[in-house]
Amino acid sequence: MNQISPTLRAAGACVILIAGFLQVARADEPKAPTGQELAFDNRKGNCLACHSMPGDAKAVTSTNIAPPLLDMKGRFPERAKLYAQVWDATKANADTLMPPFGKHRILSDDEINKVVDYIYGL
Amino acid sequence: MKKLIWLISCLGCLGAVANVQASPEDDRRSVVQGVQKKFPDIKFEDYVHGALAFSPDAKAQYDAVMTFPPYDAEIEKGAKLWETSFKNGKRYADCFPRSGKNVAGNYPMFDEKTKKVVTFEMALNQCRTANGEAPYKHSDMNTMGLLTAYARTLSDGMRMNIKVEGKDALAAYESGKRFFHQRRGQLNFSCAGCHISNVGNVLRTEYLSMAPGQATHWPAFRGGDYSLFTLQRRYAACNQMVRLVPLEIGGEEYNNLEYYHSYLSNGLPLQASVFRK
Ligand code: HEC
Ligand code: HEC
Repeated sequence: MNQISPTLRAAGACVILIAGFLQVARADEPKAPTGQELAFDNRKGNCLACHSMPGDAKAVTSTNIAPPLLDMKGRFPERAKLYAQVWDATKANADTLMPPFGKHRILSDDEINKVVDYIYGL
Repeated sequence: MKKLIWLISCLGCLGAVANVQASPEDDRRSVVQGVQKKFPDIKFEDYVHGALAFSPDAKAQYDAVMTFPPYDAEIEKGAKLWETSFKNGKRYADCFPRSGKNVAGNYPMFDEKTKKVVTFEMALNQCRTANGEAPYKHSDMNTMGLLTAYARTLSDGMRMNIKVEGKDALAAYESGKRFFHQRRGQLNFSCAGCHISNVGNVLRTEYLSMAPGQATHWPAFRGGDYSLFTLQRRYAACNQMVRLVPLEIGGEEYNNLEYYHSYLSNGLPLQASVFRK
């Protein structure tokens, strides 16, 4: 009654092992970047190449290519619209210079969500 | 009756207009006018300074570097290559009109025999092979790069004078034009998106130079270590910057691109071997 079947036990050991590996892997990995880091990083969002962010003193750029990202909540009451703009800017403007971050898999959905959360606070 | 003839000939005219593509000269004029409209105070001649034309500070630094170019020794090496005779006793100067003076601004030119664009680098290689020497690799900055660094100084001040004549030449030009305007890669950028639509705007920290003038001043010595960049090596660098695998330096796609791109610089004076960031 009390006995656990050998397969289950093996499976349990496996889970523990995998969990262990995951933990090791996590410890080695740098922690997941924040929305701000993703937005600044020139290998990720690189938003600062084209947008200034007057609301964040850490956002250093001289660009004048695109509208400054400020008052995002006021200008994008619907968060989904903002997400859509970052996911594929060519939808709103076929000639835009802005890369289609989601459509071309430059950022993952999760990363776009973090970036959108971040700029939503600007 | 007269009226009818008049009407028909008018319709004919309309048909002709609808059929005709923009000529290279129309293309060039409209690109130049775009820059003039946005920056009426920048003189046409100053387009050769590219991004420096927007920043007096950067231009002053450039002028300081250019009074005693720290890469003069490299150009000397190029001069040696140019002056050394081939095994048959002939020299590069024998392959070009005016011993190679004021010729570089005619390149790239279209060769009706091979139906291909011939860049200045290709002409230098043709001179080598015609005289029994092995060609240089276009991507080798230590041979071809240095040789052009000197050979182009012989054309300093010459006005860029690219010709597109005949339907095959036009096809090569059009293919280069498509390349320049087509969006590519993960970031979905085209050359034109930066160097036509956003001229003078700042990408993070860099002013974006205007396309006219970009083909006039090669090679350029770039960065803290003054690495030598031929024009096509610069193409590869711009491709890499936007995460595209660069194409072959000296390959047909870049040659056609250089043909269109150089046409846009027509009328501007050449200046070999400048310093760029
Ligand atoms: C290479 C240039 C470029 C980059 C990089 C870029 N954008 Fe844009 N962006 C633009 C341009 C240009 C516009 C102006 C509208 C248009 O052309 O579509 C724009 C518009 C926007 C808008 C709409 C603004 C408004 O006021 O309507 C938002 C939001 C936005 N970008 C967010 C971002 C975010 C977030 C990133 C980074 C993950 C980013 N952009 C990266 C060029 C860029
Ligand atoms: C995302 C923007 C961007 C794109 C796309 C781009 N470039 Fe550039 N390019 C730059 C920047 C920034 C520089 C350095 C500043 C300058 O000189 O304009 C530069 C410089 C150059 C220069 C050197 C200009 C000089 O005077 O030294 C050439 C030539 C050039 N680009 C050609 C091209 C070509 C051809 C393409 C397409 C294959 C291209 N660029 C695509 C941003 C871009």
